[in-house]
Order: sequence, then structure tokens, then C-alpha cells
Amino acid sequence: MTTQDTQASSRLVLPRYRRDDVDAHPPLLSPGYTSTVARAPRHPLVHLPQRLTEVTGPLLGEGRLGALDHDLTRQHDGEPQGQRIIVHGRVRDGDGRPVPRTLVEIWQANAAGRYRDARDTWPAPLDPHFEGVGRALTDDQGRYRFITVQPGAYPWRNHDNAWRPAHIHFSLFGRAFTQRLVTQMYFPGDPLFFQDPIFNAVRDPKARERMIARYDHASTAPEWALAYEFDIVLRGRESTPFEDEDDDE
Amino acid sequence: MSEQLGVMPAQTVGPYLHIGLHWPDGPYVVPEGTPGAFWISGRIVDGTGTPVVDAMVESWQADPEGRFDHPDDPRGARPPALAGFRGFGRSETDGQGWYRLLTVKPGALPEPDGGTEAPHLTLSVFGRGLLHRLVTRLYFPDESTANAADPVLRSVDADRRDTLLASPAPDGFRFDIHLQGDRETVFFAL
Repeated sequence: MTTQDTQASSRLVLPRYRRDDVDAHPPLLSPGYTSTVARAPRHPLVHLPQRLTEVTGPLLGEGRLGALDHDLTRQHDGEPQGQRIIVHGRVRDGDGRPVPRTLVEIWQANAAGRYRDARDTWPAPLDPHFEGVGRALTDDQGRYRFITVQPGAYPWRNHDNAWRPAHIHFSLFGRAFTQRLVTQMYFPGDPLFFQDPIFNAVRDPKARERMIARYDHASTAPEWALAYEFDIVLRGRESTPFEDEDDDE
Repeated sequence: MSEQLGVMPAQTVGPYLHIGLHWPDGPYVVPEGTPGAFWISGRIVDGTGTPVVDAMVESWQADPEGRFDHPDDPRGARPPALAGFRGFGRSETDGQGWYRLLTVKPGALPEPDGGTEAPHLTLSVFGRGLLHRLVTRLYFPDESTANAADPVLRSVDADRRDTLLASPAPDGFRFDIHLQGDRETVFFAL
């Protein structure tokens, strides 16, 4: 770099994303979920001040979406088995600002609780009309909407007679690398929560509640589909140094 | 400051990430045939030394001139210096735990304190058994002067620093990710 570049860069002012509360996410080592034992790092994470690479991120999506990517019930010649549901919500940051034009990817088991994946071999039927994969882009208000079928629960051998509660996997980019999030959406009143170590790895009960969609009768399609609302909050930004000059030192 | 909304907790991608997150063009940060392009490949290994076959690596990086096509780059968003440069890569691990990304070397970056960051990729690792993504960085072995001045590398214990350095490979670079063990990769909290 030239000297001039270096001087210019000394005035580089970057946005900064709030650090998550300690209890906001599940601890990486959560022995009830046995796969974490050999996979969770044992060293503490090293604090990384956010720099250019972290406060920017891929703004992808527009060119990646097919016309029916948001409608998992219309991706084949016939309709999948199961209860039709609309899953919709808003993606916002911690300050309540909508996260617009961001890619939301989902995947799930079919109505019988089986994934269309060669590794899923438990004896529940596959559905020739259900892939279980969807993509959508949020609109300018951060809204997204999928049409799918209610996924089934399935057994997974983590502990004696272990069953995963019904869930839909969600993957979000946000607007910066810091906001990238993969989570799971659960359904209200699921009787399997008590024995699920993945759901319960989130220790704060209020944080756990956020992963449970709300039944949304107002958004149902009469004589067609039930509806659930699932709002997603990604990390917000701290105030800039201009707003909070004490932070400069 | 208004009250903050509670963030959505992270959950694992689970074992079936291959159906949900597979992009046929995922590994191509740059299109095949891009001048100067090379492969970054490596194995993800767990604490027992077993390859992790149900994981995924995502990468994010500046273009060769150290710029981002993003509104929060305070120098101004700028279309990439290289045709077809996406900046982003995604690769699920295969049956032996390998991931692969085709990319070019990013430029050095100015940092807010006036220093310079050495060329690097920032990586997210997702997988079954990972309840939240892991974040790490990849640095290049042929940038020793820039690496020695890099503020992030310098913030890491000297005896673990080389876990962030790729090594030369016939088609580019190799960067293994050790989730645990003697050579556990340095992972960051953002």
C-alpha cells in the first residue's frame, strides 16, 4: 500500500455489530447432544474485533431463485402428502430494522418425518412429490413467505427412544458476515420438546421460545392451508463512533 | 438507545445439510478458468481424528484489490476487479471430510487503526454436532511479511498461529480444520 492509502485508511470508520449475550446461543459443548462431544472446540474462542471482512458479506439471492422455490408443494407434478402450511415472518435486526433482500433457505423432513437424503434410512416413506427444500428472498420490509407441509417428527438414536420435535431448518445471510445464522423453527405445543437436547441446548427459556413459531389463524388460507408466523431477529449494530464518541479509545 | 430485540438462537444444520444448502456452483468463488485461480481444499477432522463428512465450509473475502462490493465498505462499494468474482464460497464436505473452494488471492485490507490486514479469507464451519457456526480465518503461507504485521494473527497465541496458515498444494493451498485435538484450529468470537 502507498503512504497515502495508509493515511486514508486511518480514518476508516466501520459499522460494528453487537456481541451476542452469552446465553443467546447454545453452548458449543452440550453433552446431551452427543455429537457435540468430539466436535465442539475445547479452547475458548478468541475475540475477533470486527473489521472489513466481518462487517461486509455476500448479498446474494436475486439470481438464485426459481419461480417455485418458495412453494414446496408445487415443485413436482403432484402434491405432497401432509397438512399444507404457510410459514411466513419478518427478518429484522436487534434494533427492529427490517433486513431487506436477504436470502432465506429452508429444508425439512416430509410429513412422515423422512428427509430426502441417502443418509436418512429410517423406515418411514419417502414422498415422490416432496423435496423438502425452499428458498426465498425477503422483501423491502424484511418479509418472507413459504408454502410447505407440516414436517413429521423422527427418531435419531441420540439417547434411548430419542425423537426430534417437528422442525424446519432455516439459513439466513443477513447483510454482513456477522449476521449469518442457521437455526431451526419449531411448532407450538410440541410434546417432544422435553427430551430434545438440541432445542434445550439453548439455556435461556426466553431465547428458546423465540424458536417456536406462532400459530397465525389470520394468515391461513381458508379451506386450503394453516399458517405459522416465524419472525427472526439477527444481530443489530452498535451506535457509530459519531454517536458514541467515548467508545473511541 | 432503544431496547434491543432478542436475537434468534443458532441451531445445528444437522446431518441433512446436503439437501438444504447444496449449490451446484457453491465452491466457485470465481468461475472456472479465471486467470490466477487456485483451489483451497482441506479436511475437517473431529477430536477423535475422524473426518467430518456432514459439515460445510463457507468463505468470504475481498477481491484481488482488497475491495468489497458492499455498501458498508466505507471506501465505497465497487464491482469486483475480476469478472465473475463472487467473494463467497460454499462447500459441503464429501465422504472423506474434504471441502474445496476455487478462488483467487484477496488483496490486503486497511484496518480502522491504520494498520493493514494480510490477505485472508474468513470461514464459517457448520456441521452436525455444531450448535453454532465456527468462525476462523485462512492466511497464505507466501505472505510472511504481511502475516507478521497482521493484527488478527498477532492477537493469537504464537503456538497456535500456524493453525490459521494454509500450506502449499499442487493445485493451490491446503487448509485442514481441526475441531479439537492437539492441532485444534483457532476459532473466533465475532
